[in-house]
Amino acid sequence: MAEMLPQRLPVGAMDTRASGWWAMIFTVFTEASLFAYLLFSYFYLAVQPHAPGTFPEGGAPALSLAALNTAILLASSVAVGWAQLGIERGSRKRLVAGLGIGAVLGVIFLAIQGFEWAAKPFGLSSTPYSSLYFVVTGFHMVHVVVGVLMLLALTFWSARGAFGRRRFAHIHIGALYWHFVDAVWLVVFFTFYLTPQMGLAA
Amino acid sequence: MSDAAGYEREPAIAADTPALRAALAEKWETAPGLYGWLATVDHKKIGIRYIVTAFIFLAAGGVEALVFRLQLSWSNLHLLTPEQYDQFFTMHGMTMIFLYAGPVLSGFSNYLWPLLLGARDMALPRLNALSYWIYLFAGIVLYSGFAFGFGPNAGWFNYVPLAARAYNDGPNIDIYALGMVLLGISTTVGAINFIVTFLRLRAPGMSIDRVPILVWGTLTASAANIFAIPAVSLAFLLLWMDRNLGTHFFDVGTGGSALLWQHLFWMFGHPWVYAIVLPAMGMVSDGLPVFCRRPLVGYSAVALATVATMVLGFGVWVHHMFATGLPGVSLAFFSAASLIIALPSAVGVFAWLATIWTGRPQFTVPFLFFASFILLFTIGGVSGFMTGAVPVDWQLTDTYFVVAHLHYVLIGINVFPVAGATHFWFPKFTGRMMDERLGRWSFWTMLGGFNLGFFPMHISGLLGMPRRIYTYGDGMGWDWLNLITTAGSFLFGIGVFLFFYNVVVSRKRGALAGDNPWDAPTLEWATSSPPPPYNFAVIPTVASRHPLWEDRLQGAQRSVVARGPVLGEGREALGTTPLDTEPNIILKMPGDTLVPLVLALAMALLTVGLILLNWPVVALGVALIAAAILTWLWPREALGETAESADG
Repeated sequence: MAEMLPQRLPVGAMDTRASGWWAMIFTVFTEASLFAYLLFSYFYLAVQPHAPGTFPEGGAPALSLAALNTAILLASSVAVGWAQLGIERGSRKRLVAGLGIGAVLGVIFLAIQGFEWAAKPFGLSSTPYSSLYFVVTGFHMVHVVVGVLMLLALTFWSARGAFGRRRFAHIHIGALYWHFVDAVWLVVFFTFYLTPQMGLAA
Repeated sequence: MSDAAGYEREPAIAADTPALRAALAEKWETAPGLYGWLATVDHKKIGIRYIVTAFIFLAAGGVEALVFRLQLSWSNLHLLTPEQYDQFFTMHGMTMIFLYAGPVLSGFSNYLWPLLLGARDMALPRLNALSYWIYLFAGIVLYSGFAFGFGPNAGWFNYVPLAARAYNDGPNIDIYALGMVLLGISTTVGAINFIVTFLRLRAPGMSIDRVPILVWGTLTASAANIFAIPAVSLAFLLLWMDRNLGTHFFDVGTGGSALLWQHLFWMFGHPWVYAIVLPAMGMVSDGLPVFCRRPLVGYSAVALATVATMVLGFGVWVHHMFATGLPGVSLAFFSAASLIIALPSAVGVFAWLATIWTGRPQFTVPFLFFASFILLFTIGGVSGFMTGAVPVDWQLTDTYFVVAHLHYVLIGINVFPVAGATHFWFPKFTGRMMDERLGRWSFWTMLGGFNLGFFPMHISGLLGMPRRIYTYGDGMGWDWLNLITTAGSFLFGIGVFLFFYNVVVSRKRGALAGDNPWDAPTLEWATSSPPPPYNFAVIPTVASRHPLWEDRLQGAQRSVVARGPVLGEGREALGTTPLDTEPNIILKMPGDTLVPLVLALAMALLTVGLILLNWPVVALGVALIAAAILTWLWPREALGETAESADG
């Protein structure tokens, strides 16, 4: 093999060739593992012997509010995706609008979750189930808070014109995290809200 | 040509010249003085820091062991109280496993990877600095309790219920738990950095069948860490919540499960064992052949065995739990998996033996350390194979037989290769050779002391001596074996001391080394000793596994080191595609910055706040973390992160 031939190359943080994008992929892998171990703990404790009606405590949790919240979080992912496609086509307005809408929907999700927490008749230290419920959904909420802060920072930078048609690696990296936070919610929702309906534990 | 904010450029292909080197040095040199010391992102400085810090912990953990070996040297001794003994053996295990064995390998790989791969730095230099600072602060946090008499005291694997609040009141376990969560962040970001560097920064032509085995080892270990570390971080965080916030994860009386702790701990713990040996095996696979004057026998088999060991390593954690009353089918599955893992291990052993057998061995100090590793690994492997069988494990679990096994494995596969690697790469790190005569003294003292100390533990284990007892009665028949073990451990300690002494004196007084004193084949030896801050003046093009042996192995030099793309408009590196290493981007690399240090300090502050349950300190820590991350990620023109204003 001879030496490298001359060729034109992009310079700097460019789309999915930016090192940060690759770093975020593996951050997502390790975060996904964290949730896998959390849900392992849930199922492991769910199949241990426990008094009737304590797992889930007070029976299967109601679906309606959580289903609405699921829809809100999915909508925020769509908004962020719309922003990503926007900047690839050079629309800074769509970028700012999409990120902003995504952040607002994230805040609404947090508010509804806070409401649901407050309405629970049990606390963190009532039973293994209650500990799992608050810790797992709490872990997810912390991720949503981080994601919302990320979206707000990206919205601010976008509004100042930091990104353009050829320079949007930051956006893709932040969006990757946000889509992950939404995807994890689906798994948490399935575990806490749907498996009791299917008769697991109870 | 184009301006600094340009989106595209065609780099000139040119020869390495003194003028180019001077220009690059100016861009890549760390700033002088205290600021540069705190702000550097140079992988070589960070690598050396990792190694030195890990060696300090090795010395601390060793001294702890010698103290409790005195306590155990004869029956009915009372040099230590039971409580002190508990803290000493727990600190010893924690220090060696978490603060020495993993970080020392990160240090070598941090220093060596970019040089082995033909790159200018790690892919994420600031993350590299962050990883070191968090490691340092986590180590300080983990030692702070011990310094005030509150060291962890429930063994390094910290089983509940002994580690629960009801049986362990006091801050000991809280410090251990949160210190480990902090350390886990360091390991995780370090692992991400290795993986991204592997995928993006290999020089053109460095395809995956040409990377040194050390790279395979660290890559495999890093991938494992990504998936394994969250288990232990979570386990420790849940334990901290059980102890401080009243949750019920591990507390059996209220429906929690003590075995959940063991599962989460060992789902991490067993992969971690491989993570702290595979890179060390990689050092041997790359270093040993240099002293056999031939390439490694079975490169592909060894690389694949490395990966296979790790994959299987995720499926054996229950062999730490054979005696907990799990169902028979579970024991059968995990026993089979534990026995099968001997196969990829044997691939390595036979490859190393064949390399020596068919080569022309030169009995230098690094060769002695690498070759003795094969012997110790085999002994530790056989005792591991024995305890992988359930009936044998039931007899031997929690006896000194297991202590003997794990020390043959960890000292044999980590400490001996690391000592060999230090002798081998010391000339590259410092420009000077380590003393061979002193090296021989330290090698034979270590080898003799180690076997004298640890082999008799097999016998005391078979005689039924349990682990973790602070003393024993005089009628048990264990006295002489323990006295021999204590004598051997002190001899081993003297050997390690001689090794450290050799490092210190050789740094100033060793013979000058030159670029390639061992006539070794890989790219790190193509640079000066020590290497310049930018590593390679032009990006090399690689044509084989042994770029510096091509004239001998293939009849002609085909890799090109002295001519290649010139990347000199600021700090720049060449990004290539993950599989084919086709150049596909010019990356802008960050320079000196204090942000990683500030972020690590903020994380340490948060940890301390949680240990003290001081919520204002916690809030301050969180706010500082957010501010540091925002500063870190602020889009910068110099890093090619912002759009040109004319662009729509």
